[in-house]
Amino acid sequence: MSDSSRQSPPDASTGKDPRPLIAFTWLWVGAPLAYGLYELIRKATQLFTG
Amino acid sequence: MSPPIAPVGWSRWLVPPAALSVHLSIGQAYAWSVFKPPLEDALGLSGTQSALPFQLGIVMLGLSAAFGGTLVERRGPRWAMTVALVCFSSGFLLSALGAATQQFWLIVLGYGFVGGIGLGIGYISPVSTLIKWFPDRPGMATGIAIMGFGGGALIASPWSAQMLESFGSDSKGIALAFLVHGLSYAVFMLLGVLLVRVPRPRTEQQRADGGPATAAGPQVSARQALRTPQFWLLWVVLCMNVTAGIGILEKAAPMITDFFADTSTPVSVTAAAGFVALLSAANMAGRIGWSSTSDLIGRKNIYRLYLGAGTLMYALIALVGDSSKPLFVLCALVILSFYGGGFATIPAYLKDLFGTYQVGAIHGRLLTAWSTAGVLGPLIVNWIADRQEEAGKDGADLYGTSLLIMMGLLVIGFVANELVRPVHPSHHLGAVTAQKGAPDVRQQQAESA
Repeated sequence: MSDSSRQSPPDASTGKDPRPLIAFTWLWVGAPLAYGLYELIRKATQLFTG
Repeated sequence: MSPPIAPVGWSRWLVPPAALSVHLSIGQAYAWSVFKPPLEDALGLSGTQSALPFQLGIVMLGLSAAFGGTLVERRGPRWAMTVALVCFSSGFLLSALGAATQQFWLIVLGYGFVGGIGLGIGYISPVSTLIKWFPDRPGMATGIAIMGFGGGALIASPWSAQMLESFGSDSKGIALAFLVHGLSYAVFMLLGVLLVRVPRPRTEQQRADGGPATAAGPQVSARQALRTPQFWLLWVVLCMNVTAGIGILEKAAPMITDFFADTSTPVSVTAAAGFVALLSAANMAGRIGWSSTSDLIGRKNIYRLYLGAGTLMYALIALVGDSSKPLFVLCALVILSFYGGGFATIPAYLKDLFGTYQVGAIHGRLLTAWSTAGVLGPLIVNWIADRQEEAGKDGADLYGTSLLIMMGLLVIGFVANELVRPVHPSHHLGAVTAQKGAPDVRQQQAESA
């Protein structure tokens, strides 16, 4: 996300920084995905231990 | 509902989470199997009957993506995500009513028909918007969203199973689980509806924040795209790639068990389940990894890899697969990563050939290749394995012919990809509208930008 600042500077009219919203929204989708991946890895290790 | 235009300062990195909130939700469809055994016990259904809601859902996905694509382009991503939210969630709510009253037809209607429309519209809803926000990295952008569809099943599978364990697997427990699913997905998808924005018209955007250059190149309408050989060549490419991937995915557990049944290291049922999980991980990783790579090496080259190296992987499995478990697993993982990559890269390939004008609608029409492959792949592998079993074969011999057929299909896809050339200018938006005598081509292009 290195170029997000280039793509979207803080809104000059309101002075709002978009980064907190970006962090919240990625957490919103990232948290359940991390849970799914955790469960997947738990199951996948059975190939080597089962 | 007019497409929401991004205000100055709106970050394009807010658009992928919007897309993911929809795709992670509708990806639940691939976890339907969690509900099958409880439904069969609670409502006295056969295995074929309990698969009906899922099958109808996938049919509706293909149909609504194919026929709703133009509407999605016209009304914009917020409208499409709202339709997806309402249909997908109300499909669960109808199913909850069906389970509570023991009316299976309501579950078929709700999850399959109504929910299926949500699947199709939701699947294509963010594609064109993402490509417009990331003209410099369309493969990565659509890869993130389409990876979400794979991720949705990873989340839903353990989540739904835990819910059924808590609520019970009788009809009341299933109804409650459906209700919680419907409400939770509505809240989760709402983020996408609220967040999604289309970019400001390019010249204004560029003046405002110095964003990436406008995506240059041809602009072809969805209707016109169907008249080009490029569309049908890509249809063949996608269909062949998906058929080959589904061939492995469908029979993964019995396949690895059969391959090593007569060896000193047989594969247990638990280990086979682990293998299936590992394939899901490869499928997801391929969606984001290979699709992003296509931004660097080009769309035609990445499909050369999917189809060419995929053929090689199948050949390795056929020739020496039963002699080495790590080699078998590695080849299967690579094939599944190509399968996922093929799905995720196709929108960017379409954008390269047909432009951004109606790329979502064109993508929707191309997804009929997925529906076809969904029938073809399992049919080939299962039918041939059954015939081989009847002929007294066992172990790896059950799959020899199937693997050869899969290799043949990948070669057909490879040839189709080689035949893809840039779209002839006579199909471009300006040329077509000029032929029809429409004067305001520039305005149409500005609206589509």
